[in-house]
Amino acid sequence: MIEVQHLTKQYGDVTAVNNISFTVERGEILGFLGPNGAGKTTTMRVLTGYMPPTEGKAIVAGYDVIEKPLEAKKRTGYLPETPPLYPDMTVREYLTFCSRIKGVASADRKSRIGVVMERTRVSDMADRQCGKLSKGYRQRVGLAQALLHNPDVLILDEPTAGLDPKQILETRKLIRELAGDHTVVLSTHILPEVSQTCQRVVIINKGRVVAVDSVENLTARAGTSSAVYVQIDALGADPRPVLQAVSGVTAVVASNTADRPGGFDVQSNTGDDVRRELAAAIVTRGWGLLELRPTRRSLEDVFLHLTTEETPEDVAEPATETAHE
Amino acid sequence: MSNMLAIARKELRSYFTSPIGVVMIGFFALIYGFFYAVMLQAFERQAMQFGQSQAPVDLNGDMIRPLFSNVLVVLLFTLPLITMRTYAEEKRSGTMELLLTSPLTDLQIVFGKFLGAMGLIAAMLAITLPHIGILFWYADPEWKPIVTTYLGFFLMAGCFVSIGLFISSVTRNQIIAGMATFAVFLLLWVIDWMGSFMGSTGMAVFNYLSITQHFEDFARGVLDTKHVVYYASVIVFGVFLTMRSVETERWRG
Repeated sequence: MIEVQHLTKQYGDVTAVNNISFTVERGEILGFLGPNGAGKTTTMRVLTGYMPPTEGKAIVAGYDVIEKPLEAKKRTGYLPETPPLYPDMTVREYLTFCSRIKGVASADRKSRIGVVMERTRVSDMADRQCGKLSKGYRQRVGLAQALLHNPDVLILDEPTAGLDPKQILETRKLIRELAGDHTVVLSTHILPEVSQTCQRVVIINKGRVVAVDSVENLTARAGTSSAVYVQIDALGADPRPVLQAVSGVTAVVASNTADRPGGFDVQSNTGDDVRRELAAAIVTRGWGLLELRPTRRSLEDVFLHLTTEETPEDVAEPATETAHE
Repeated sequence: MSNMLAIARKELRSYFTSPIGVVMIGFFALIYGFFYAVMLQAFERQAMQFGQSQAPVDLNGDMIRPLFSNVLVVLLFTLPLITMRTYAEEKRSGTMELLLTSPLTDLQIVFGKFLGAMGLIAAMLAITLPHIGILFWYADPEWKPIVTTYLGFFLMAGCFVSIGLFISSVTRNQIIAGMATFAVFLLLWVIDWMGSFMGSTGMAVFNYLSITQHFEDFARGVLDTKHVVYYASVIVFGVFLTMRSVETERWRG
């Protein structure tokens, strides 16, 4: 449904997007993940035909966005980062205007507007001026605008930004419902959003694609080794050689914090469950086993791993933090 | 076509839902009314004097033409206020992104905005019609110069609007757009003054460029295609520049 080939976009000397390629299948929800300034918005703006790429091409719904912009735009709904509302129009007037410029047949306008207002839950604000809406409503009116012409492809730039937690859940649910009929590309820097709504993820950093995969595979990729966190009261002795001696253990790393001394991350080969042996080894020494739990590397770790420069401390630091949460 | 009209309707609507349209038309009516009253008084006095000396009076030449040239000056001041927001506002509020990602061509957007602004100008000029009607009721002015003057108004306003659209499209600040537009209009207005210091060629060139020189014939009731071509080409040029400017904006992002 969407095909991006070797896309590059430069602003003067700055390369915002550097030779990225990916495809999105019909009915799929693709998450576009990256830190701020990674090139998410730029890529989306190229996909929607807002700006032409410096190099490469993008095919949306079967049409090249540069050569056949009107055809591609007819089949694309776009919610920009800031919802493009006219403050002095009421929601209904705004959607009427949008339906005109998006080529919704005049006979269908009323019913389409009713349908999208219902779906995005803005019906109760239909006669309120857009400028007087709260951030959450603005975001949803923007989404309503993107859905008006029932496009094949929906491109949503941070669709849940500025919503309250309940609205976020509703919007995610709505996006999941939309998939199937529509192909959805959404950008976000919120990780749970990706694992909860998207089937596939494109991780982008500094204008380059660093990973394209399903959420499961990415999480699995992080878990090439399994790890156990233990906290031991070793009565002054150094427990490391003992832990290291347990069969299956590949590495033992101290993982202390001020209020939790005696913590260690014990890594083993995937599939080997070393918890029983570890516990036995510790207890037979007469040490106190204060805590023992498996730590799984989450999508967050993968993300940090892929988007930060490869200094081990940098990667390890936030990773252990999240493991303790 | 329907896309273009949708934009034009939106523009026109935005003039009238915000106070802009009402304030403009209101103050235009006030100023016009003042000029009308003054010119009428002056003409009356003149007519009485001429009446004593048996010389003919010319309602068109002595009353309507000076009145219309004042209308033109008022238009010069108000048009930048109409066009300054057209693009600047859309760029600032982010709605440009909506227009540029909807299935619209750049030409449809520019022309829609052009028509919207012309619609407001038409509403302003409509204010002047009843007063002219009164003259027809009590006297017998020539109708031809009046019709050509209105045509001239529209062509000239069209030039200013298309230039104003262009200037608005290069900035996201309305004040800058307004001031720059006013400066350009004023220079185009008086550019023929420069001609008087030049040789005959220079004078011809500057006279040709002057937007007011071309208006003279319309005011006299002469419909010359030369002037229509001049105004039409300025309009086309302005629209062209606006389209290029929007396109450049897209490339730069």
